[in-house]
Amino acid sequence: MKKTGSQILLECLRLEGVDTVFGYPGGTVINIYDDLMDSPIKHILNRHEQAAVHAADGYARATGKVGVAIATSGPGATNTVTGIATAYMDSIPMVIITGQVPTPLIGNDAFQEADMIGITRPITKHNYLVRDIKDLARIIKQAFYIARTGRPGPVLVDLPKDIQMATHKFEYPDKVELRGYKPNYSGNSRQIEKSIKMILAARKPVIYVGGGAALSNSNLELKQFTEMIQAPLTMTLMGLSSFPNTHPLSLGMLGMHGTYHANMAVTDADLLIAIGARFDDRVTGKIATFAPHAKIIHIDIDPTSIKKNVRVDLPIVGDLKDVLKKMLKQLAEYDAQVATLRDELAPWRAKIEVWKKEQPLGYKSSNKEIKPQFVIEKLCELSDEDAIITTEVGQHQMWTAQFYDFIQPRTFLTSGGLGTMGYGLPAALGAQAAFPTRQVIDISGDGSFQMNSQELATLVQYRLPVKIAILNNNFLGMVRQWQQLFFNRRYSQTCMELPIDFKKLAEAYGATGLQATTPDEVEAVIKQAFATPGPVIMEFKVCREENVLPMVPAGAGINEMVLAS
Amino acid sequence: MKHTISVLVENEFGVLPRVSGLFSGRGFNIESLSVAPTIDPTISRMTIVTSGDERILEQINKQLNKLIDVIKVIDFTGQDYTEREMGLIKVNAEESTRAEVLRIVDIFRAKVVDVTQSSYTVEVTGAPGKIDAVVELLRPMGIKELIRSGPVVLGRGAKGWKTQ
Repeated sequence: MKKTGSQILLECLRLEGVDTVFGYPGGTVINIYDDLMDSPIKHILNRHEQAAVHAADGYARATGKVGVAIATSGPGATNTVTGIATAYMDSIPMVIITGQVPTPLIGNDAFQEADMIGITRPITKHNYLVRDIKDLARIIKQAFYIARTGRPGPVLVDLPKDIQMATHKFEYPDKVELRGYKPNYSGNSRQIEKSIKMILAARKPVIYVGGGAALSNSNLELKQFTEMIQAPLTMTLMGLSSFPNTHPLSLGMLGMHGTYHANMAVTDADLLIAIGARFDDRVTGKIATFAPHAKIIHIDIDPTSIKKNVRVDLPIVGDLKDVLKKMLKQLAEYDAQVATLRDELAPWRAKIEVWKKEQPLGYKSSNKEIKPQFVIEKLCELSDEDAIITTEVGQHQMWTAQFYDFIQPRTFLTSGGLGTMGYGLPAALGAQAAFPTRQVIDISGDGSFQMNSQELATLVQYRLPVKIAILNNNFLGMVRQWQQLFFNRRYSQTCMELPIDFKKLAEAYGATGLQATTPDEVEAVIKQAFATPGPVIMEFKVCREENVLPMVPAGAGINEMVLAS
Repeated sequence: MKHTISVLVENEFGVLPRVSGLFSGRGFNIESLSVAPTIDPTISRMTIVTSGDERILEQINKQLNKLIDVIKVIDFTGQDYTEREMGLIKVNAEESTRAEVLRIVDIFRAKVVDVTQSSYTVEVTGAPGKIDAVVELLRPMGIKELIRSGPVVLGRGAKGWKTQ
């Protein structure tokens, strides 16, 4: 039986296991939306295409499945760009379907036409313009395969309106044939053997974990590996929640706003075992002084990540889960030597403990003003262990990274690579759509929140009980911090002067709004928010000029931290 | 340092900007690029001449390999290969210089492919250095127009690249 292009698309999505899609209708996807009414796939109508893509991204990060977003051509499609770039930088598996003007009009500056293939080429893992209905099913199959395999990433499919309306016999291919795309999953055993020798010879090793650990679902193997060799472990922003931060071997985050002991440990280390991390400049600081004494083992599925920023002594290309399993197996064969190693690392662990005691993460508490860090600590204390936390971008994001102890994998969703303000609320929406009964909290600043606050409407419409904690300092806090430290306190355009009544804003959308203005109100507000059904905004009027510390100034080495204001 | 790379790609629309965009997006320079289908019509072969140190070249190779449409990347650095480029040179040919142009064409085994009262168009094929030499010798005569194809290369020896 013949099906239309839009029916074929939806059937493909169903066969790929897609249960929820996020999107916004328009003229060039109207056929898809018409057929959606007869499809078992649930559609969530966001209020902006950027938010639809972030929601699909949050859904993907929380579940590990491929997130799907739909937008119309032209402005709808260009609105997805920030969301796609965000997912691309953090390697999130997603498929974005954009409508396109009918094929005979392509290139004619037709109404609502934009060259999405050209626009998204540098921010997608791959993209397609469907030019023939015969190719549609194959392309969708390939799109999902590419999105979820190898180093994951977003794939865009641009689908002209006439292709959606054309008819063709539906056959979904069982296999994907791409002669130019063969991800290497299996780590080279000789390299792995070498890595074991290097580990056994190390006396000051540090494990450095990035977002790849979550993407490859290897948190279990990571924990086994870390405990087996009893080496300290530090995480990038994207690595957080892949290893319990309460674990005695956790050093917390490293880099620009990392802990003192993590940065000192990396600087002093004789071996750095990089696992699914890419040596981002926010992690390394000045490259020349990054881990100057360490040999580097770099495990990553993407060969382009290796030796991009730093020299690497031993590259291992492969899937982390596979590589870590093989490493564990080999380590087990060196049982006696591993036991010796564990003992011999004792002075190293002790040295790190000293650093930890010397400069623990902290802040000056106050009983007059609400300290933002205090709010995060309280949120951590009062929320469920498997609560999913999303953030926007800025000071609140860094405080969350520093003061919230993530235990369970895939519980921290944040825009690490691109640093997208406005990410957290729609990402929380996506995560909540995937897990309706889990606690989902968006930790936000007043600046970031206003970048996608329209999604309150989506939360209310779909009864998604996301709790939003706004740390309101009436500043674009992180930029203000830089202006204070490096621009002589000239606060150019970072003061959000207009006092917004976030409580009323919540109510305007039919949500609940709560506010805390003093430290002793914080706990009550959080408890009340958690006990209130439906979406809730908790507004915390926080100390206005609090800084995120420690901080490595741009261009400095990570051991050259500013520790106090 | 100059590097010559062959890239075998799916012969599909949009592949060329994907490859060239990779270079421009990462600040890598392309000195020349030529592309045409191979004996297998589903595959095109590009010859790219680029420059950069070893680290940049390694990134270029890896990034090219990462593209879904790229089937194979052959880096000719340190390899033995045959390299050919074609130049078409439209040169002034006045009464006084005609003989000299023809003499240069003859020495370099080039060909005159178009003649007018005041010009010759010369076709010359060879390694890029040979084309440079012809251009330099013809320059004093007055070159009206010049186009070069950019080099194309094949590895030496009996072995050829085949799709698996």
